[in-house]
Amino acid sequence: MNRLFISIWKRVFTKITMPDIYPPLLVAIFVSASAGLLGAFAILKKMALVGDALTHVALPGMALGLLFNFSPFLGALAFLVFAIFGIWLMERYSKLSTETLVGIFFSASLALGVLITPDHELVEALFGNIISLTWAEAIISAVMALILILIILILRRQLALNMVSSELAQSAGINNSRLNLIYLLIFALAVALGIRFVGAVLMGSLVIIPAAAARNIASSFNMFLGLSMLAGVLSAVISIFVWQNNGAAPGPIFILVSVGVFLVTLVIRGLKR
Amino acid sequence: MPSKIVEVKNLNVIFGQHQVLDDLSFDVNKGEVLAIIGPNGAGKTVLFHALIGLSRPTSGVINWKSNVKIGYVPQRFDIEVDLPLTTREFFYLKGGDVTDKKIKEFLDLVGIDHEALNKGISQLSVGQRQRVLVAWAVMNEPEILLFDEPTADIDIRGQQSIYHLLHKIQDQIGFAVILISHDLSVVYKYADQVLCLNSKRVCMGPPREVLSAEQLLELYGGEQTFYKHLEKSFHEDHHA
Repeated sequence: MNRLFISIWKRVFTKITMPDIYPPLLVAIFVSASAGLLGAFAILKKMALVGDALTHVALPGMALGLLFNFSPFLGALAFLVFAIFGIWLMERYSKLSTETLVGIFFSASLALGVLITPDHELVEALFGNIISLTWAEAIISAVMALILILIILILRRQLALNMVSSELAQSAGINNSRLNLIYLLIFALAVALGIRFVGAVLMGSLVIIPAAAARNIASSFNMFLGLSMLAGVLSAVISIFVWQNNGAAPGPIFILVSVGVFLVTLVIRGLKR
Repeated sequence: MPSKIVEVKNLNVIFGQHQVLDDLSFDVNKGEVLAIIGPNGAGKTVLFHALIGLSRPTSGVINWKSNVKIGYVPQRFDIEVDLPLTTREFFYLKGGDVTDKKIKEFLDLVGIDHEALNKGISQLSVGQRQRVLVAWAVMNEPEILLFDEPTADIDIRGQQSIYHLLHKIQDQIGFAVILISHDLSVVYKYADQVLCLNSKRVCMGPPREVLSAEQLLELYGGEQTFYKHLEKSFHEDHHA
């Protein structure tokens, strides 16, 4: 038994001392923590589906970056910000169902993105790749994710009240419309950061699944936020280890692991009742 | 001269082709209770939304006293059954100088046990939740309270006790109240002024002066069952 433990220990920790695992691990941890935190609010706001569709807008932006040799991150961010102002204006000035319009136009942008993304980059763009990250890229991503986490934590009271009741928020002096825009812009940044990890197709899951898992067992709001980040980080670390051990792409592994975490929390929730 | 808390002048709210509020004007003075009555779809809740800045008026002005503190009790507080938010956390969402001591003080005021603090807000009964909402709304000692009466969730007895409670708190804090009510006996009992609303102002004044059977028929003309209910409480009140 002891020998088995030592062999597992050696296996895991000799692998992790290999230099190239750290940049992806760093990015995976910070990006999934920020996405998990953001996801908690997305679930409260009942925008899981809108959020998922929104992430697809990143693809044509990334594709243009790849085609014309500028940063795919900036391309994705530009397209997301553009789409977000679109949603915000729709919510503000039109009585049309945002869900439907978002569903239609953003799926169309996924189709367009698939057509214009260079063939050899397509799988990466759709399903992510953080294996080839350099230290510089990893540190920039981690710092941006950290800033994102701080912004959400600073705004958490206003965001939570806005999501519980926009009427109460307004009566407490919160500008709901401005807050919605800020939230969507934060969402755009999180998507642009996370898309390299899990890709345009799975990005929505990076935001939603850890938060859904946390919601199953959280009994207070602070616990909900903490568990949501924890579920994201846990799934991220496991996915990087799995990749390190057998070469499977971390993005899809992350999703499967987080679904596993979700199922476990679902069982716990069932047992508690 | 009584000091004005809010002055509404020629307020119009139009959604698409639909004129929801039509050239509405009224004032509310310090400590005054204004009841707003009107049929379904008369624009009552939209008026509240315009007052707090949630709906934008198409034209007209809403002049609040400067730096006014507003408390708001919404008609609906639809939260999901398992929302992970404790009652204590809900109070802290209000911001400002919230402390546990202050929360407990206001829970006492509305007659809710302190045990509720650690419970999820969604685990409270509808009646308890409304009391919590009242405590939440008055916690920063507002100068005016906007109270939108729930239409269905709460039984008549619960509803009467909530008005009794509001009246009691109003005596302590001394705020003005604008309340949307569907119950004429509440209007007679608690309101200084009544505004009959059906997109436009149908009548306004002290309840006993302006609420004639003809006015009510004009106001509720289309809603026969509702009108009968009102007529009944109107006669009961007059014969009482």
